[in-house]
Amino acid sequence: MQVTLKLFASLTPFLPAGAERNAAQIEVADGTTILSLLDSYNVPREHCHLVMLNGVYHAPEARGSVPVSDGDHLAVWPPVAGG
Amino acid sequence: MGWTGKILRIDLTNGTVNTEALNMEWADKYLGQRGLASKYLVEEVDPKADPLGPENKLIMATGPLTGTCASTGGRYSVITKGPLTGAIACSNSGGYFGAELKFAGWDMVIFEGQSPKPVYVTIFDDDVQIRDAGGLWGKSVWEADKKIKSDHQDQMIHVAAIGVAGENEVLYSCIVNDLHRAAGRSGVGAVMGNKNLKAVAVRGTGGVKVKDFKTFMDATNAGKKVLKDNAVTGQGLPAFGTQVLMNVINEAGAMPTRNGKDVQFESANDISAEAMAEPRRSDGKPNLLTNQACFGCTIACGRISKIDETHYTVQNKPEYWHASGGLEYEAAWALGSATGIKDLEGLTYVNFICNEQGLDPITFGATVGAAMELYETGVIDDKITGGIELKFGSSEALVKCVELTGKAEGFGKELGLGSKRLTEKYGKPELSMTVKGQEFPAYDPRGIQGMGLTYATSNRGACHLRGYTVASEILGIPEKTDPLETDGKPGLVKAFQDATAAVDSSGLCVFTTFAWTLEDIAPQVDAAVEGNWTVDKMLEVGERIWNMERIFNNKAGFTAADDNLPERLLKDAAKTGPAKGLVAGLDKMLPEYYDLRGWTQEGVPTNETLERLAV
Repeated sequence: MQVTLKLFASLTPFLPAGAERNAAQIEVADGTTILSLLDSYNVPREHCHLVMLNGVYHAPEARGSVPVSDGDHLAVWPPVAGG
Repeated sequence: MGWTGKILRIDLTNGTVNTEALNMEWADKYLGQRGLASKYLVEEVDPKADPLGPENKLIMATGPLTGTCASTGGRYSVITKGPLTGAIACSNSGGYFGAELKFAGWDMVIFEGQSPKPVYVTIFDDDVQIRDAGGLWGKSVWEADKKIKSDHQDQMIHVAAIGVAGENEVLYSCIVNDLHRAAGRSGVGAVMGNKNLKAVAVRGTGGVKVKDFKTFMDATNAGKKVLKDNAVTGQGLPAFGTQVLMNVINEAGAMPTRNGKDVQFESANDISAEAMAEPRRSDGKPNLLTNQACFGCTIACGRISKIDETHYTVQNKPEYWHASGGLEYEAAWALGSATGIKDLEGLTYVNFICNEQGLDPITFGATVGAAMELYETGVIDDKITGGIELKFGSSEALVKCVELTGKAEGFGKELGLGSKRLTEKYGKPELSMTVKGQEFPAYDPRGIQGMGLTYATSNRGACHLRGYTVASEILGIPEKTDPLETDGKPGLVKAFQDATAAVDSSGLCVFTTFAWTLEDIAPQVDAAVEGNWTVDKMLEVGERIWNMERIFNNKAGFTAADDNLPERLLKDAAKTGPAKGLVAGLDKMLPEYYDLRGWTQEGVPTNETLERLAV
């Protein structure tokens, strides 16, 4: 199934080749969780501060059990702020 | 200590300058800057006064930590009755002007009356003079800054000035200091223009003494370490600035887009922090040159950019080829998402013009967004816009608008009224995205529920900086709460509002609170000034300030009916994103908020509350 992986700010370099700006279309297997997907791209867990699946935040303790589905958008940021 | 103990009172009507002692009893109850200057204002200005009349006063005020080596200790605020809203206005700015005012030996400057002719004021330590501004009137902020420094042969002078927008009393004109830092909101620049005061130029050669030097150094050094070690203030903000929020807020489905018709902007990434840092196709250089810090700041979140010289906005204008401030998130949102424009270079140019002419880019961009909706729905046409094809997404239209608004020419004169008056004029007040007459910024309350209550109850009209619950609801600072939930938000909003009022009165930047709590701030204040400044006292002072501002507004004529949101946010559900199907749940939060505040359900502080806080 296809998922859009978006990595922002200092996490952008962890995107696979072929990514456009901050997003890449990737193929993932059934049963893939947020955590296993990010691990497979070597995104450092300690830098995954804001993790949004389809815009909804998921806390660190939930990321290992929340599966991703076909067509999902997974967006991740390190600690950032503004205003 | 911490204080110079002196304030300047400048009567522009009579051209007199007087000094007086700072009211230390008030300083103990209201701290400084926002709180203390607001106390002076409410004591001296009739809440029903015309904001654009000689009876209004304009106060430039520092905090006790302004000019010290506390990190970010360079802030000052402008307090007045705001012409955009009719409410009390307090606009906070960084840069170097505030610290320089303290170095010159002054905690606060109160401008009264109205000069019969354009003037500017020089404050060179104890030498304070009202000078003829005939040679400055009509000039931009940038030109005025340059000319003042040149005329006085001193490049170390720091200038706070209005541009032509303030001279023309554009209702959301701002006061710009150090070229691109601004007391931006609520139209404080129009008050300055109404007083015929073009600029305040400051040069100070003194320092700031603190109560207990060793304790102060220990407290400020500890604070700096916290900022450095925190991933947000130590890495995220300096590297990416506030603009990193563009994609965050868009992903969360809380990006007000095309005058709030949508909550996600399909081109957000084109105008984001990441886009600013990316090499351009045209010249291979990024829009962003570097970051920049205000006085004493160890975060350095400011953006310094340079426009592509081949871009249509500047290709024949080499005067705009230099580096300057921006884009910051709120400006990028208002000029971009609120108007549906994805032209990063164009937005940077418009932001430059806002700084040069002294316009609040939030209200300007949001007003153009409202005007675009009026145009696209056929309410106004080319005849009214003067031929500007005012369609969402048109960079060219936005550029024409900004070039007209500060000068109050053509359709720009109508844009200068702000969206409330503009949409009322054309019979469509529901298209104004305002609270108490001021445009809300870059967070849609349908997707961040707490911000709806923040906007509705903000004492200066819709504003994010009166209680930035985005920190908790989206960013997880200090702890994560659900942005789509209304439960618990009244308490969260109140806590943010009170703490922010205290920080705004200290001389520090509110951005420190991404890492600091009042546990970090109170010891720094306490080591600088007398008064046993504990966390509890800071919170009490913050709550007292909030109530004082509220009472002023109530006396000015505001009621609970003004604690409201634009109809669109309350009736039109979000179409996309996590908030799809949701409206702003203000009605679920406001009654509890009043209870927590110790106010009646009519939004009036009870006698018990007033006695408890000794307002």
